[in-house]
Amino acid sequence: MNEDSDGLDPSNMPDIDPAGGLDDLLIFGNPETRRRFLKQMAGTGAAITLGPALMRMGSAQAAGAASTTLGGAPAGTVPVHLKINGTDHALDLDPRVTLLDALRERLQLTGSKKGCDHGQCGACTVLVNGRRINSCLSFAIAHDGDEITTIEGLANGDELHPVQAAFLEHDGFQCGYCTPGQICSAVACIKEGHTKTDDEIREWMSGNLCRCGAYPNIVDAIKDARGKSS
Amino acid sequence: MNPFTYIKARDASQAVSGIAAKPQTKFLGGGTNLIDLMKMGVETPAQLIDITRLPLTQVEELPGGKGVRIGALARNSDVAEHSLIQQRYPVLSQAFLAGASPQLRNMATVGGNLLQRTRCYYFYDPAFPKCNKRNPGSGCGALEGYNRIHAILGQSDQCIATNPSDMNVALAALDAVVRVQGPKGEREIPIADFHRLPGSTPNIETNLQPDELITAIDLPAIPFAARSHYLKVRDRASYAFAIVSVAAALELGADRKITAARIALGGVAHKPWRAQKAEKELIGKTADEKTFRAAAEAELAAAKGYKHNSFKIELAKRSIVRALSTLTAMAS
Repeated sequence: MNEDSDGLDPSNMPDIDPAGGLDDLLIFGNPETRRRFLKQMAGTGAAITLGPALMRMGSAQAAGAASTTLGGAPAGTVPVHLKINGTDHALDLDPRVTLLDALRERLQLTGSKKGCDHGQCGACTVLVNGRRINSCLSFAIAHDGDEITTIEGLANGDELHPVQAAFLEHDGFQCGYCTPGQICSAVACIKEGHTKTDDEIREWMSGNLCRCGAYPNIVDAIKDARGKSS
Repeated sequence: MNPFTYIKARDASQAVSGIAAKPQTKFLGGGTNLIDLMKMGVETPAQLIDITRLPLTQVEELPGGKGVRIGALARNSDVAEHSLIQQRYPVLSQAFLAGASPQLRNMATVGGNLLQRTRCYYFYDPAFPKCNKRNPGSGCGALEGYNRIHAILGQSDQCIATNPSDMNVALAALDAVVRVQGPKGEREIPIADFHRLPGSTPNIETNLQPDELITAIDLPAIPFAARSHYLKVRDRASYAFAIVSVAAALELGADRKITAARIALGGVAHKPWRAQKAEKELIGKTADEKTFRAAAEAELAAAKGYKHNSFKIELAKRSIVRALSTLTAMAS
């Protein structure tokens, strides 16, 4: 990986979508700094000193480069058309790239989060053809032609989606890492009609873990939003 | 993850000829288990054939009142919410909804659920050297290791892993039939013969052949299954694998005498465990707690526990009594 192409120069950084998820807008003091730090570390020799978990959070491109060196020639890339938040994207992807990694590492849609990367935490939840799924357990190439909605696609311009607004109103988060997944999941949960009681909300939101324990406020936010979102 | 080639199948025949043509090919359905295992390095297919666009997603009545057919690529969530399943086989709907999370149920197919691999820690993590399932002949890490979630019925000294599926338990109680297509045509496999006990070959988990595609699951007509129940006992209230589960249906005649019974257990064996001894014990008896307890004792008489899972034997008995009591309470 070329350090020059992915260095500290802000002009090389992807734009942060002003209509982006709560993560980008509110929760981390300066997401650009944090993201640039990770990218830079993954793109330089300094990555060697980082733990494997941070390496995984860093860059799929770095991981791909490593496997080219160590594992011989990987299978070739495949052209894929992804329709994300109403925009068509033509990509050439290694078949191993998950939908989550394609969103985060190729399209800079970093609202969807990588938590466990094994379908256990729900931080990567996105909507595919209107249904919530774990994007970490799905290959991007399998979604050719699907309509994908991420946290970045929920707001209408500057107007937050009712579920986003309700999470703000009810303080439905603390650190915010699980929040994009919680919100995408909640949007689907409301649409499915699984929000009639607190117990039903808890059961049907059980695929989204929150290590900060913001669950009571998440339930309140969903109750508030259930009549307002369609 | 190892590199693999990826192709999309247009129809079932193409999928079957594709898997026969190249060794180490796997079908890709919902991917919730396979991709996870590929990330772990447990599954290393050289080729994946994506079958998700095949037209095998319907849930429909079989002609002549013979039951219901579920397409192999129907998603767990869709089957759980289908009116035919909810009305005629509530135990199956409940089993689906007790499994995984809404996101995973939206992805996972019923064909893939049949082939779900065990959650034995020693199988799932290649850092453990011993696993006869992953590496035949290497031994069983669970026998002398941490075996709280492991089997108490039908296990061998080669493997004490359990089948993790909730759906499979309900299918076992309902005498489902798995329809498969291979190079030589179609065949049917009764659910009781689909999964295998570990014996000396725990690496061979089902009687599905490597070149066969699951196309559907047929549920026979069982009128009394309209009153059926799935009880799942687990470490969390939601989103956890069963420690013990019970799928049950009862038919009650005059004077609350049991005229037919279907019971299967999950979390206790290498395959969904049809409790035929318990069923036999129930027939002709009055549906009460004493009868249920005697049936549970009969089924678990052969159970064997290990250092950390002996509690499952009593738990399984009590779960059977609870599930049957719930059913009779619904009847009255």
